[in-house]
Amino acid sequence: MRSSFLFLLLMLSVGISQKSQAQEKALSPENDLCIKCHTHQTFTFQNTLTKKEDKRMMNPLYILDKDHFASGVHAKFKCTDCHSADYTTYPHNAELKLEPLSTCLDCHGGDEKYAAYQFEKIDEEFQKSVHYQKSGESFTCSKCHNQHYYQAKSRTSYVVDDIISFSNEMCMSCHSNNTKFQLLSDTLKPALAQIHAWLPNQELHFKNVRCIECHTQVVDSLSVSHNILPKEKALKNCVECHSKNSMLEASLYKYKNLQSRSQEGKLNSIISNKSYVIGAYQNDWLNRISIIIFLLALTGICIHVVLRIIKK
Amino acid sequence: MTSENKIYFYPIWLRIWHGVNALGILILIFTGINMQFSSPKFELMNFELAVNLHNIAGIIISFNYLFFFFGNMLTNNHKYYRLKLKGLMKRLNLQIGYYTSGMFKHEQPPFPLSEKRKFNPMQKVSYLVAMYFFVPGLIITGLALLFPELIIEKVYSVSGIFMTAIFHASLGFLVSIFLIVHLYVASIGKHPLKNYKSMINGYHDLSGH
Repeated sequence: MRSSFLFLLLMLSVGISQKSQAQEKALSPENDLCIKCHTHQTFTFQNTLTKKEDKRMMNPLYILDKDHFASGVHAKFKCTDCHSADYTTYPHNAELKLEPLSTCLDCHGGDEKYAAYQFEKIDEEFQKSVHYQKSGESFTCSKCHNQHYYQAKSRTSYVVDDIISFSNEMCMSCHSNNTKFQLLSDTLKPALAQIHAWLPNQELHFKNVRCIECHTQVVDSLSVSHNILPKEKALKNCVECHSKNSMLEASLYKYKNLQSRSQEGKLNSIISNKSYVIGAYQNDWLNRISIIIFLLALTGICIHVVLRIIKK
Repeated sequence: MTSENKIYFYPIWLRIWHGVNALGILILIFTGINMQFSSPKFELMNFELAVNLHNIAGIIISFNYLFFFFGNMLTNNHKYYRLKLKGLMKRLNLQIGYYTSGMFKHEQPPFPLSEKRKFNPMQKVSYLVAMYFFVPGLIITGLALLFPELIIEKVYSVSGIFMTAIFHASLGFLVSIFLIVHLYVASIGKHPLKNYKSMINGYHDLSGH
């Protein structure tokens, strides 16, 4: 018993150390100098005026979460792949902040390697969205997709809950944070709980489906729809999801459905990874059995009625 | 409490419980079917309204069940539900024989009702199953679905809510089958409406069964 416990502990510690090694490996070694300061609360520099070494607080917005970055899609990038090469001089030139950063399409547009992601189509859909319509070019991809930490969850995660929370956190990063919300708007963020007061089991819906389920126009060719609709056009009809041909099959469960068809049995993926959606879950076998039982009961009653009439 | 051929079988509290239960279960079945088979093309009733009605009727039925449960405990009514297992199959066979053949030959029922016997063996078994298994099962799973945060998230790899909902829908279906058979069997008697009247005025007429 004791030895098996020790073995388990050993395996766990090996697993943990392997994981942190993997994360360390994932980051480009050329970033070491940047990370040295930009993962800490403070930084020091040689003050040219006082001729002394100065220690200052780091702007919280410039502090990077290293582990988080290592699990993101751009983990292997050098910082200077996107930021100016002039940042290699320290202290940095203050004017560097003004340089325009690359947009997603600058790298991903027209790239064969990323054809499956359809960045151009995403851009086309995004330009129809309420975000673009209201804020124009200043609503950049990075407002939702943080380049440092972004993960292609809806394509890679096996856990639907993960896909949901990752997606909703993107919306909430502005819609539950007035400071960020007011970067693009002069008003305060909308009161989400009140606006969604009509939604039965609000908390359950917020936890088990993505905001975009109701707030986007589903496009079959895209993994995640990017045409965020104005609130008047958001879905408000329960049966669009709560029915046999649930819209969720084409949105939230789309990737899972494609995956399950090619890899595992459909039943397995359904029972292990789906939340129960009233009306959307109709098991053909249970339906058939219930119809048979129902018909048998009715037939029995009909025969009995006939016999009662005949033998009266 | 008898008057000539009549027995006062169904006291007022029992009739109130039965009436509320009947109405509640009809609403639950109708709204339940509406939710289970909802579709944008075909809606018997607005989905949101169906959900709300189902929740309200479910809560009323749950309290009503407590009324039945304690009513039974505190009065003599519970004795009619007592089941002797010894010879049960034989008694059930006799009753089934009566329903499937004997009654057409105008034979006397094998278990005539009296003040001591309110239910024949088939009634006893089906009422016991319905009232002490199906309905409590539906109430427990229904309340769990009303407060889903109480449900265990995963049972092995299966979603707890999924399991609960499947049980709830299956039991609901079985209760609806019970209801159909119950309504039909109630029409067996000297006059098809006799038993329905009994559930209103409380008296069971012993002349003819």
